[in-house]
Amino acid sequence: MSLTGLFLCTFLIVHLAGNLQLFKGDEGRAFNVYSHFMTHNPVIMTISYLLYASILIHSTMALILTRHNQASRPVKYAYQRPEANSHWTSRNMGILGTILFIFIVIHMRTFWFTMHFGPIPMVNYDGEEYKDLYTVVSAAFSNGLYVLFYVLAMAGLSFHLVHGFQSGFQTLGIRHKKYSPMIEWIGTYGFGVLIPALFAAMPVYMFLKTHGFIG
Amino acid sequence: MVDLIEEKEAGVKLDSKIPEGPLAEKWARHKFSLKLVNPANKRKYEVIVVGTGLAGASAAASLAELGYSVKAFCFHDSPRRAHSIAAQGGINAAKNYQNDGDSVFRLFYDTIKGGDYRAREGNVYRLAEVSVNIIDQCVAQGVPFAREYGGLLANRSFGGAQVSRTFYARGQTGQQLLLGAYSALSRQVANGKVKLFPRTEMLDLVMEGGKARGIITRNLITGKIESHSAHAVLLCTGGYGNVFYLSTNAMGSNTTAIWRAHKKGALFGNPCFTQIHPTCIPVKGKYQSKLTLMSESLRNDGRVWVPKTKELAERVRKGELKANDIKEEDRDYFLERRYPSFGNLVPRDVASRNAKYVCDEGRGVAPTGLAVYLDFADAIKRDGRKVIEAKYGNLFEMYEKIVDDNPYETPMKIYPAVHYTMGGLWVDYNLMTTIPGLYALGEANFSDHGANRLGASALMQGLADGYFVIPYTIGDYLATIGPSDKISTDHPAFRAAEQEVKDTINRMLSIKGEKTAEEIHRQLGHIMWEYCGMARNEEGLRKAKKMIQELREEFWSNLRLNGSDQELNPALEQASRVADFIELGELMVDDALHRNESCGGHFREEFATEDGEARRDDANYTYVAAWEYRGPNQPEKLHKEDLAFENVKLTQRSYK
Amino acid sequence: MNITLKVWRQKNSQSQGNLMEYKLNDISPDMSFLEMFDVLNEDLQKRGEEPVAFDHDCREGICGMCSMFINGRPHGPQGYTTTCQLHMRVFNDGDTIYVEPWRARAFPVLKDLVVDRSSFDRIVQAGGYISVNTGSARDANEIPIPKEVQEESMDAAACIACGACVAACKNASAMLFVAAQVSKFAVLPQGQPERQLRAERMVAQMDAEGFGACSFTGACSVECPKSISLDHIARLNREYLGAKLTSNNV
Repeated sequence: MSLTGLFLCTFLIVHLAGNLQLFKGDEGRAFNVYSHFMTHNPVIMTISYLLYASILIHSTMALILTRHNQASRPVKYAYQRPEANSHWTSRNMGILGTILFIFIVIHMRTFWFTMHFGPIPMVNYDGEEYKDLYTVVSAAFSNGLYVLFYVLAMAGLSFHLVHGFQSGFQTLGIRHKKYSPMIEWIGTYGFGVLIPALFAAMPVYMFLKTHGFIG
Repeated sequence: MVDLIEEKEAGVKLDSKIPEGPLAEKWARHKFSLKLVNPANKRKYEVIVVGTGLAGASAAASLAELGYSVKAFCFHDSPRRAHSIAAQGGINAAKNYQNDGDSVFRLFYDTIKGGDYRAREGNVYRLAEVSVNIIDQCVAQGVPFAREYGGLLANRSFGGAQVSRTFYARGQTGQQLLLGAYSALSRQVANGKVKLFPRTEMLDLVMEGGKARGIITRNLITGKIESHSAHAVLLCTGGYGNVFYLSTNAMGSNTTAIWRAHKKGALFGNPCFTQIHPTCIPVKGKYQSKLTLMSESLRNDGRVWVPKTKELAERVRKGELKANDIKEEDRDYFLERRYPSFGNLVPRDVASRNAKYVCDEGRGVAPTGLAVYLDFADAIKRDGRKVIEAKYGNLFEMYEKIVDDNPYETPMKIYPAVHYTMGGLWVDYNLMTTIPGLYALGEANFSDHGANRLGASALMQGLADGYFVIPYTIGDYLATIGPSDKISTDHPAFRAAEQEVKDTINRMLSIKGEKTAEEIHRQLGHIMWEYCGMARNEEGLRKAKKMIQELREEFWSNLRLNGSDQELNPALEQASRVADFIELGELMVDDALHRNESCGGHFREEFATEDGEARRDDANYTYVAAWEYRGPNQPEKLHKEDLAFENVKLTQRSYK
Repeated sequence: MNITLKVWRQKNSQSQGNLMEYKLNDISPDMSFLEMFDVLNEDLQKRGEEPVAFDHDCREGICGMCSMFINGRPHGPQGYTTTCQLHMRVFNDGDTIYVEPWRARAFPVLKDLVVDRSSFDRIVQAGGYISVNTGSARDANEIPIPKEVQEESMDAAACIACGACVAACKNASAMLFVAAQVSKFAVLPQGQPERQLRAERMVAQMDAEGFGACSFTGACSVECPKSISLDHIARLNREYLGAKLTSNNV
């Protein structure tokens, strides 16, 4: 769980960096070039298969563990106050993870599938044909409900990572008086706040842009 | 030198088997003279160990390491729960790591003197001798004793000792030592050399041909009565302080195993020698189920006092005055006043008795009038709160949880409570009782503390017996009898003992009276505390004897006990233990009555010096009183083992 | 004060149990929680009913025997406190108090509030010791141990094996208990020779007993009456991973 989880965390950084091209204001040229690169570079393609595998392993392991953990307490308590001893996020990683899994499926259907298997409009930069993913993205995020779904999913991501990032280190036994506060800080503010916020900003930005609220 | 008291009448012989020779060579010589069991034969011998505290766990583990086949029994759900775990302060050892003049002889001398010259020289010297090995053994097992910054072991002075020889692990020394012994035991369970029987209580000893042959037990979950046969039986079942109902013992601590062995013929040594610990949290209400000890180490820094006058104390009891309202000149630091050289660090019996005196004078401070102050204000002023917190933080926390008072700001209230019983089954130098093949170790025997035990010596004795004495001495007996000298559990002796146990249980269940065992136990406790507690006198003891006899009548005619014997039934367990406590209580009173002197924990008001100190009668009472059971409603018969002192001079204990 | 108790009653490990309601009047706030139960049991016996079975012994917070799940939390609402050290003054007059046994597959209920925790013993038997026979030790001061290392070992060794960690954990995981047992030896020089084997064996036994997996909610440490730190779980993970990767035990 921790290895796949932390790997997925590093992916988030890369994915975010690339997708920030959306904000460039060049009618999607940088973004489309970046998308092209990501789908054609052999190294990236290999890593992407590792990524798909990680998602599957992470979710399968989670399912197995959840079932195992539930079996470890066949008779439940009649009255329980877990809020007195632990955070809600840490106890509900399964639910948060399920939301994220659904999100990933929809997200990939909308963009990844279209990018790979079309139909998708084409655009020409300096004589070379590129798939115009930017237009697909703009179209998708012009739908308010779809944007709302993304924002909510990113809230889920936030809660998942606030606990998950630190927990990954704990599982690997990486805990030290000097360094653990740093890991906690990165987990909480980096992966828990900054990254989900930036991801959520994209659909909102595109929505506002396509509806003419911003230039 | 051999103490051999041949009773004129036929019957029990008391042979202490103290080896000949100079004190310092006795144990070494004895070890050499003991018979050895051939290593290949050891697995053919089965040994039953009842109790898994310090003595039991260490004995079971050590015997299994040697190759014997061991069965270990405890009534708890795990061996690690035994009450040794609650010992706080520490364990003594004559390491002299502090370069302050300690030695094996000094530890021996302090223990003999502390015990008011009612213990055997030979045993006590051996105890002091092996004390150093215990520390080595425990450290090797990973017991985290306190350390100095340089990485070497730390020591503190404890309970009246003038050298620092006490090793400790925060305020949880007993826990850590027990976990060490428990880990050694667990290792042997994994090796298949020890078979563990948790939640199993011994209810009788099986005798045949004059030897101990095994035990009858009750499975506390299913209620099943079972037989276990062995070549030797070790009783490591702790003390019987719960005869007083309220004590610092755990709720389950009981006398049943040793009492039933006593009824099968094992003599009971010095039953009235009880230790009352001076620093316990005072009784609050009638619902009180147990008393909590505050480690004696607190007296290293705390000052004991009460108001100088009755009038001030009265106002404190009414709640009109708080401790901190009382001016320095109105305080009586009575231990420092009466014992200038030892001050607050006088031995437990002295500290306890003096607390009783000032409370009897009407100067006690709790609403009950039964408490004195233990004040840390000066220590905090001197060393700072941080230092005091590091030393006693966990104790202060515990106090605050129970009493709801902050000891950093207001003095603790303490009062003496029953803590340890020096008496127990009589054993010889080999730890064998008067029944061949039956041994008693640790607090269950009477052997090493005389009439009063010094602080941090109980852990030492339990582990000495288990790790370093019994592994040598048991071989002597086993080699003598041979591997074939064991009977099957189908033998009529086992059948009869099982039947007897079942009959007793059925009898208790069939009374269907009105009083619960708890109520009867509480009543017994009152009688014992009132008349056979910190101070005793002939009139009171005679009264107590009568009251106990009546209480026994009532128990067997008016006991209320619900449920069945075929299930987990804690009330049944309790009733069965209370029945034995009542009988033991009567013997304690008999013993206290016959000993016309004051010594250590046994204080007879008729035998006191002019300033209220204990007055021994060495001419007539320098002996161990060993009592023989002779059937229901028969007075027990007294046997005497004379104590000879060749290496120390008997003096009046003075801590002035 | 007057209180209402809802107590789990169960005849034995085979039978079904249920919560029974009992009303208690005139309870002193200075009583310990178990003394309150003593009063209840006296009442029940007087009425000809069977008293509630519960585990308890030392009543000073060290033996680890007492084990009640009180108002939704192991050992009740007060932090760093065992059931026996909990006093009625933390409750209010008129309160309803739920009392249940520890719940875990590896802690089957034997009767009422009594559970079987022998799984803990078996985990210790799997490797929770330093193999040293009696009599073979060298002088205690020949093994210098830095004070902070000894303190760290002691922090872990303070565990009383009550099982509150398992009871609190939503996964009924025993990681904090096992971590404490592994950690107390892993930091000491005496613990080095068996270090890898110990971690591997104890974890294997823990899994075999049917405890759940750790998902780092931290509930165990919060509810631990001896406040054993999550640091020890990280150490156990480290020890275990290290052993799995580098030991020769196949």
